[in-house]
Amino acid sequence: MEWEVVIGLETHAQLSTESKIFSGASTAFGAAPNTQASVVDLALPGVLPVLNRGAVERAIRFGLAVGATIAPRSIFARKNYFYPDLPKGYQISQYEIPVVQGGGLRILVGETEKFVHLTRAHLEEDAGKSLHEDYQGMSGIDLNRAGTPLLEIVTEPDMRSAAEAVAYAKALHALVRWIGICDGNMQEGSFRCDANVSVRPMGESTLGTRCEIKNLNSFRFLEQAIEHEVERQIELIEGGGRVVQETRLYDPDRNETRAMRSKEDAQDYRYFPDPDLLPLEIDAAWIDRVRDGMPELPEAKRARFAADLGLTDYDAGVLTGSRELADFFESMVARLPGQAKLCANWLMGDVAARLNREQRDLTDSPISADALSGLLARIADGTLSGKMAKEVFDAMWSGEGSADAIIESRGLKQISDSGELERIIDDVLAANPKSVEEFRAGKEKAFNALVGQAMKATKGKANPAQVNEILRSRLGG
Amino acid sequence: MALSLDDVARIAHLARIEITDDEARRTLAQLNDIFAMIERMQAVDTTGIEPMSHPLGGGQRLRDDAVTETDNREANLRNAPAQQDGLFLVPRVIE
Repeated sequence: MEWEVVIGLETHAQLSTESKIFSGASTAFGAAPNTQASVVDLALPGVLPVLNRGAVERAIRFGLAVGATIAPRSIFARKNYFYPDLPKGYQISQYEIPVVQGGGLRILVGETEKFVHLTRAHLEEDAGKSLHEDYQGMSGIDLNRAGTPLLEIVTEPDMRSAAEAVAYAKALHALVRWIGICDGNMQEGSFRCDANVSVRPMGESTLGTRCEIKNLNSFRFLEQAIEHEVERQIELIEGGGRVVQETRLYDPDRNETRAMRSKEDAQDYRYFPDPDLLPLEIDAAWIDRVRDGMPELPEAKRARFAADLGLTDYDAGVLTGSRELADFFESMVARLPGQAKLCANWLMGDVAARLNREQRDLTDSPISADALSGLLARIADGTLSGKMAKEVFDAMWSGEGSADAIIESRGLKQISDSGELERIIDDVLAANPKSVEEFRAGKEKAFNALVGQAMKATKGKANPAQVNEILRSRLGG
Repeated sequence: MALSLDDVARIAHLARIEITDDEARRTLAQLNDIFAMIERMQAVDTTGIEPMSHPLGGGQRLRDDAVTETDNREANLRNAPAQQDGLFLVPRVIE
């Protein structure tokens, strides 16, 4: 039987505020345990939460970026469960009326475009951390993370493959960093995905029973976990079994998912409006102010790159994959107007390949946008051939200085003086009478041999197009 | 709708409250009285009325995003029955 895979993602993005969502404690990562846990985070009796404006503003930014409705009035609710790293016995979250409603994200899967609808995005607080190493047979609790602001972003079950889920997660990751609401650091847990996965026979319209997979802290794990879970569900059903709705944990070491020890009542959270917090009100004026401070969004930039700079949709999509890349590209184009394609090719080709090989980010590229523009300017004005440019690029990468300095010190100028080139070519023709004879007899191959000889005689410093042109006119005459 | 003794046991478990069978029976009667009252309220037609999420009117006051709390770990840990390396210690939560 043919099966259709149905996936929805829930992503927790840690908002990049200085202080916590309901207290004035710091959110900085890596502090000594419990040094950033205030009385509010510890849930001491008598304390009250006060909502952080910066967290709300980031939620508004997100809502605007995905074309969602920003609720003029949203409600905080208590999600009740017992766990030692949740001192209050409930998590403050949003339930019936979240701050961000609807919207969606355009994603690119290979060359195919797809729109993933969002259900909602709501504000909530993170829990602390439990450390299960042996502390006299007990668990250690660090509440530094308790109360860190999160935006939980929930999609509709719109994705149909692990590849689509990864494309969505990457697009979302790029977007939250682009609009500056989350640092996107997956190792530190700033961007965490849970996947809801189900399968159904192709053509069936009702959804199959889903499993939620947690603990997916890299794009690779997300892809592997979904692929594995799909296989597990299909095998189960085809073997006459039934999928049970449950939460499963992905184990990257064994590449498998397994059921979390399920407390049968874990799902009964008994939500109710938190009496400690009044409704969150956001007026149109605030939304307008936030909108005025927004950067140009990747989608708009991509359309502009294609329309104004003549890039292909694919190139424009790649170059707007992150804000750093788009900024790098734009500052190059600002220095080299009319050479957008050349800039795009180098950035997506040599620069990307080098960074990839050395496992580096564009932000610590040894060649700056200005320096790379300097190199490309020498290609554009004919000083360097493509081959020479690569040599200069290598030298720049290893820190030998600017393109012009390297061209000077290595004597790499392309011969563009046509008088000099003509003299060299005349010598080549005189030294290779056999090839000349063969070409005149109609052998095109002989022409290529002559081009090769001319390039050799100039030590590769001649412009091949110019060599071709001079040879043709000499031989034709 | 009437609750059963099983429901009472379940609610008590979710709230981590230990109750005796006798207490459970008394609680069941009280909860059922409350439910009867709620049922009468639910009979009122509330079409077109916005649900009230808070008895006080108005909206939530916000604070600026600034760190105002300093490290008070030593004092906070002093309240804990057990601690080590700056951590609160609790009965082991996983096997």
